Amino acid sequence: MIDHLLIAPVVLPALVAPFIIMAVRHHLDLQRIFSLASVVLLAAISLTLAAQTLDGTVKVYELGDWPAPFGIVLVLDRLSAMMIVLTSLLALPVLLYAIGSGWDTRGANFHALFQFQLMGIMGAFLTGDAFNLFVFFEVLLIASYGLMIHSGGTRRFQAGVQYVVFNLLGSTLFLFALGTLYSVTGTLNMADLAVKVAQIPAEDTALLRVGAVMLLLVFAIKASLLPLHFWLPSAYANAPMPVAALFAIMTKVGAYSILRIYTLVFGPEVEATAGLTEAWLMPAALLTLGAGAIGVLGSNKLGRLAAFGAIASMGTLLIAISLFTPSAAAAALYYLVHSTLAAALLFLVADLVMERQGPWIQAQLPMPQTGLISALFFAAAIALAGMPPLSGFLGKLLVLDATRGVDLAAWIWAVILAGSLITIIGMARAGSLLFWKGHGLPPRDTDTSEEPPLEDLAARPAQLPFAACFGLLGGLVALTVFAGPATRYAEATAAQLYAPTAYIETVLGRHAE
Amino acid sequence: MELLVASAVGILTAAGIYLILRRRSFPVILGLSLITYAVNVFLFATGRLATGAPPILNKYQEVAYTDPLPQALVLTAIVISFGMTAVVVMIALGAYLSSRDDRTAMPVEPEGAGDDA
Repeated sequence: MIDHLLIAPVVLPALVAPFIIMAVRHHLDLQRIFSLASVVLLAAISLTLAAQTLDGTVKVYELGDWPAPFGIVLVLDRLSAMMIVLTSLLALPVLLYAIGSGWDTRGANFHALFQFQLMGIMGAFLTGDAFNLFVFFEVLLIASYGLMIHSGGTRRFQAGVQYVVFNLLGSTLFLFALGTLYSVTGTLNMADLAVKVAQIPAEDTALLRVGAVMLLLVFAIKASLLPLHFWLPSAYANAPMPVAALFAIMTKVGAYSILRIYTLVFGPEVEATAGLTEAWLMPAALLTLGAGAIGVLGSNKLGRLAAFGAIASMGTLLIAISLFTPSAAAAALYYLVHSTLAAALLFLVADLVMERQGPWIQAQLPMPQTGLISALFFAAAIALAGMPPLSGFLGKLLVLDATRGVDLAAWIWAVILAGSLITIIGMARAGSLLFWKGHGLPPRDTDTSEEPPLEDLAARPAQLPFAACFGLLGGLVALTVFAGPATRYAEATAAQLYAPTAYIETVLGRHAE
Repeated sequence: MELLVASAVGILTAAGIYLILRRRSFPVILGLSLITYAVNVFLFATGRLATGAPPILNKYQEVAYTDPLPQALVLTAIVISFGMTAVVVMIALGAYLSSRDDRTAMPVEPEGAGDDA
């Protein structure tokens, strides 16, 4: 008896999205209700699934009852469960924000695209087949193209073209990589790939190594690893900010894929690909963190500030991943959850400011609700920079602790600490310009055209956007308060990742019993 | 035949990359299409090239067969790239019609200008 709950995170948004398009296209309230209900249900399903994997079981769902490796399988282990829970818990406040701030009324089909995006992300986290991973990448990308240009505008379209072209090239490279791997191993099921790759004689692995590196490049594009990060700043800065907040999980799809493929298939003990990634993944991750931190310092627009903050946090995450040890992977998983929530919070706060003052970081007159917004900005900034008391500090501490005995440890410590410092300075500069310098300015002339929306905002402070921001902040606080259980969960997940035998046997062994 | 297929993949990819580096939307889209053609042919060849062989196993005797899986992969890839091309054409049209400029590089805006993010 197969447990059909496992495919529900993919099927539910896949059914809700066309329903929203076809049945309730002209009823915004109904769209909002269905979209919210779907996300809440998704969170419930993800938590149920995660509870089932707590004891370390790996669950397999065979689509069409075709046994692996002949059919496509969905696999649920602790890592996948953690990622789908994180996705659904991120989607809820982001959707609330989009509804509360009215972003979903500024263009067509926001809710349908949002659901399709969730479907792609959930599928990418659950699938156990490399080609199916490509398909889900495309699903989440094609939805993200629509969301990225939501509500239009010249610069948004121009940034959209760059974003689409860059990602289409990435997808093509993904296909080249998969084709190469298939021609060597004759399979694309991840568990079967792990078995076949381990059997290939060492002198016969030239093509396999090419495939492995190309695959890593694809995931590096998604994870915005330097020097493949160029698509991210203009795409995220020009996307609607709630959409960019949801995109915070998309870079993590790349990080997840690196973690999955390079522990399961090309694990540390596989001779054929040994030493391929270690040599340059770590320096690239260090450069990513540096570039992100300097970008934060140099940003003149809030959207870019948040985007470079996201790049810096991806740098820290990839440093932890590219150590390729269980303790570093545990640190990476803790930091992954933190950085997703923190980056999303910063994007939402950036939108609160931009709705009131426009996109530029410059001294302006105090905005409505300036005290509340500046407090939220402060919280988001210290979270993303990794300052105590929020969880970013603990995450960075775990990453630093995991570098014990590594050759590059001095470099890693120097870059992470210096990167944090530069990020703090950049955030402090932006915050003081936005929230302090404005108090000294002369009052605005009364005849400006900006007056009506400002009065509107002051008269009717929308509560939902603030509730969404405080929800994300609450997540960060919870991650800090319950750091003990969270790190234990991350350690158990990392241990399961680095002992892939159970995963492989569960996927391939169902019908051999 | 191997030479023909291999050189076709190589030439298509090279031409595609050249066109993408032109940095104008129409050549970029053409270049993307060429690269997706290249990857389709490449995927087709990953199951080894065999002419005149059916894509099925014969359980009665040893007969040459061609690997059916890459054909399924190519079909999926063709459908996806078709859809993606449509999307990129629409977005590029939107960008062109709103800015009257088909360059894919974004112009630098003066600081403090306009509220349009």
